[in-house]
Amino acid sequence: MSRLKMPAPEAATLARRAEIVADMRTIVPGEGVVDTVNGMRVFESDGLTAYRQLPLVVVLPETVAQVARILKYCNERGIRVVPRGSGTSLSGGALPLEDAVLLVMSRFNRILDIDYANRVVVAQPGVTNLGITTAVEQEGFYYAPDPSSQIACSIGGNVAENSGGVHCLKYGLTANNVLGIEMVLMSGEVVRLGGRHLDAEGYDLLGLMTGSEGLLGVVTEVTVRILKKPETARALLIGFPTNEQGGQCVADIIGAGIVPGGMEMMDAPAIRAAEDFLHAGYPLDCEALLIVELDGPQTEVDHLIGAVEAIAKKNGSTLCRISTSEEERLAFWAGRKAAFPAVGRLSPDYYCMDGTIPRKQLPRVLAGMRRLSEEYGLRVANVFHAGDGNLHPLILYDANVPGELQKAEDFGADILRLCVEVGGVLTGEHGVGVEKRDLMPEMFNETDLDQQMRVKCAFDPNHLLNPGKVFPQLRRCAELGRMHVHRGQTAFPDIPRF
Amino acid sequence: MTTFAPTTAAEVLDAVAWAAAEEAPLEVVGHGTKRGIGRPVQAGHTLDLSGLSGVTLYEPEELVLSARAGTPVAEIAALLAENGQEFAFEPMDYGPLLGGAAGRGTVGGMLAANLSGPRRLKAGAARDHVLGIYAVSGRGEAFKSGGRVVKNVTGYDLSKGLAGSWGTLAVVTDVTFKVLPAAETEMTLVVHGLDDDRMAAALAVAMGSSCEVSGAAHLPMGIAERVAGGALGEGSTTLLRIEGFGPSVAYRVGRLRDLLEGVPAIDAIEAETSKTVWREIRDCAPFADGTARPVWRVSVAPSEGWKLALALRMEAPASAFFDWQGGLVWLRMEEDDPQAELVRSLVAKCGGGHATLVRAAAAWCTSVPVFEPQPPALAALSLRLKDEFDPKGILNPGRMG
Repeated sequence: MSRLKMPAPEAATLARRAEIVADMRTIVPGEGVVDTVNGMRVFESDGLTAYRQLPLVVVLPETVAQVARILKYCNERGIRVVPRGSGTSLSGGALPLEDAVLLVMSRFNRILDIDYANRVVVAQPGVTNLGITTAVEQEGFYYAPDPSSQIACSIGGNVAENSGGVHCLKYGLTANNVLGIEMVLMSGEVVRLGGRHLDAEGYDLLGLMTGSEGLLGVVTEVTVRILKKPETARALLIGFPTNEQGGQCVADIIGAGIVPGGMEMMDAPAIRAAEDFLHAGYPLDCEALLIVELDGPQTEVDHLIGAVEAIAKKNGSTLCRISTSEEERLAFWAGRKAAFPAVGRLSPDYYCMDGTIPRKQLPRVLAGMRRLSEEYGLRVANVFHAGDGNLHPLILYDANVPGELQKAEDFGADILRLCVEVGGVLTGEHGVGVEKRDLMPEMFNETDLDQQMRVKCAFDPNHLLNPGKVFPQLRRCAELGRMHVHRGQTAFPDIPRF
Repeated sequence: MTTFAPTTAAEVLDAVAWAAAEEAPLEVVGHGTKRGIGRPVQAGHTLDLSGLSGVTLYEPEELVLSARAGTPVAEIAALLAENGQEFAFEPMDYGPLLGGAAGRGTVGGMLAANLSGPRRLKAGAARDHVLGIYAVSGRGEAFKSGGRVVKNVTGYDLSKGLAGSWGTLAVVTDVTFKVLPAAETEMTLVVHGLDDDRMAAALAVAMGSSCEVSGAAHLPMGIAERVAGGALGEGSTTLLRIEGFGPSVAYRVGRLRDLLEGVPAIDAIEAETSKTVWREIRDCAPFADGTARPVWRVSVAPSEGWKLALALRMEAPASAFFDWQGGLVWLRMEEDDPQAELVRSLVAKCGGGHATLVRAAAAWCTSVPVFEPQPPALAALSLRLKDEFDPKGILNPGRMG
């Protein structure tokens, strides 16, 4: 990505910067417009910190009407807009552009309604993921998707990225837990999709919006499903001599009809890093460590713990500890949750990847990764949402060594190619953003990508919203819109006709 | 008038590409079980996908299944059952309600209509379980979206975009779905004699508990006796389904009884009877009466469903029953007029949602909007999406109009 090409800045926009800043101030009075270099510096990057760019101007609107006016203004003048929530994207989804207004939604930070009878919360998009749970936990409720950045990431950003988390095997992704949104199109039109009822009417635009990475519209309100917290949760910590055995144990648990609340796996380098960092009591003689969490009524959890233990033994586990208290359960998780900082201690920098594979391919992919690791001369540690096949390889590198970032990125790209090769995908939950943009052709051919871009054209025909993200190459909507008609060909001689 | 009956995706592509070039509209059908839903399609030709059939991939331990679009859902369900699995979203079968046979709907139709069932409130609909598709757009271009893994945010989720599109954006040729283990045990609590507001309160308590209720329905007096051969008895009946492993089901049923303390007359039904009751609720069996009397499928916030039905009955004779904690209202109008404006004004009054006229005499389907009319900005956006994927309007033209 050091070779990352972003859309060339529009000279006309840059030349009119002062005028645009002034106009933004008339739309958003007070402190809501930031145009100094120092003020804008905090917004120059998101969670993908290798890439930085100061925006044209930062605008922090407070009302839907302001968002609508800003977008309409920019649309009419051909000015680009990059929306941003909390800026925790790991794929550069909120990376600013030199000639784009950075639309920061953090002031939309209020919970608008809590409706226990219908089990929904209506929130503004800047409310944090955890903030929703905090608002309802006194009544014993919570919001299920729990990305690891949940203390900081915003619910609007969760919609944009279709965020997952440890519990999504059982409870689903953002897409499965959002009932409705209000959004503003680039034209300034305000549209509501879904609500407190189930299934949005007409085309599933809510489904298209979820995971659209800020390219289709700006979310201004979100209605989510809340659930009553499970009565209890217990975890098993299971060690295996080989990744194959660990993988087979996961398959057998699922095969037995058990859907755990969470099922995480770590490979040997990740286990060692976590143990060195936290002394969580992880075994150092295992190739694979599995954490299986079961939640629900006490009776059910106790019943399933026994079943999982038997499956682990059958698969040759060399260690199987069962949590007997909440402290112990949290201790099992502590090493996994601290895996990223733990790995971070081993090396000045690390690069987190996010492929998903069919679970049974895990041994093959881990072996391939070891081979690549030797080829590139860079170490890699793996944490793995084992239940749903989502891999997070952490590549260790040193950005101060010339060329090493490049090497880490090439290594990462090869890992993702491997994921696609075995039937998997480029990104499970972090998004394409700028990071994996140029890898999209590994998974999709040109016609596939054209269809996705046609969705974009229906929402934002001028390509003004978050350009340079997701699509490796932008094609004009007018060009995409042309029909390539092959008239007069011998039509389907072989199709049975009646 | 030609009927194309392709048996491969390549033949589908040929047929659609020809239709696009000739601007010759196609009616896209599987076995036609849901043909009566939507406005009558104005097409000179038919694209019959029922020959594009067969499961192409099934890996139970990976929880994934792929099939060609024309594969009957019943055939897939039987295969899944052999492995103790199922489509967790419990897709309904429209056949009997619309005067046809049961068990004939296809997996392509299941996605096109975004089917679901009583478990919708816990497990989602077809849109929540589709992982990937191969399709041919109205431009005559074959494309894919998604994949075969559960967690995937690579590119726009066109599979969801096609869910509930009734074949008007693209012709799906292959689908991949997530499948899940079927519950080992199920039990249904049956509460007799609750009036509407006490019913709503009881359902809210149950759904707001940690008992993981997987079905929450209410059958008013006159409806309950039409279900499962009268097994529920007479009078109004409120139903709560609990599924899972045996010991857990027993515990949660007990817990629910405690939570509903003070509620009179609670029975429990099990096994086959429970299954039959929920299948009939799923398929709207109480209104599968062999008539063409108008039937509405209305989705509103759960707390509002019974109020909507009550208000409607003040103005027009209608029967109603409720699923999804009360948020899914099945309405049968007792006269020929579907009363579209009245029904929709009540939906709006109840905080919004949507009403779809799933059954009515043909003349009504032409004269009233079958699907919920959208506000101008949303309608324009939907139309732009249609134009992008099917600029010549050759796929099921008029159906969602």
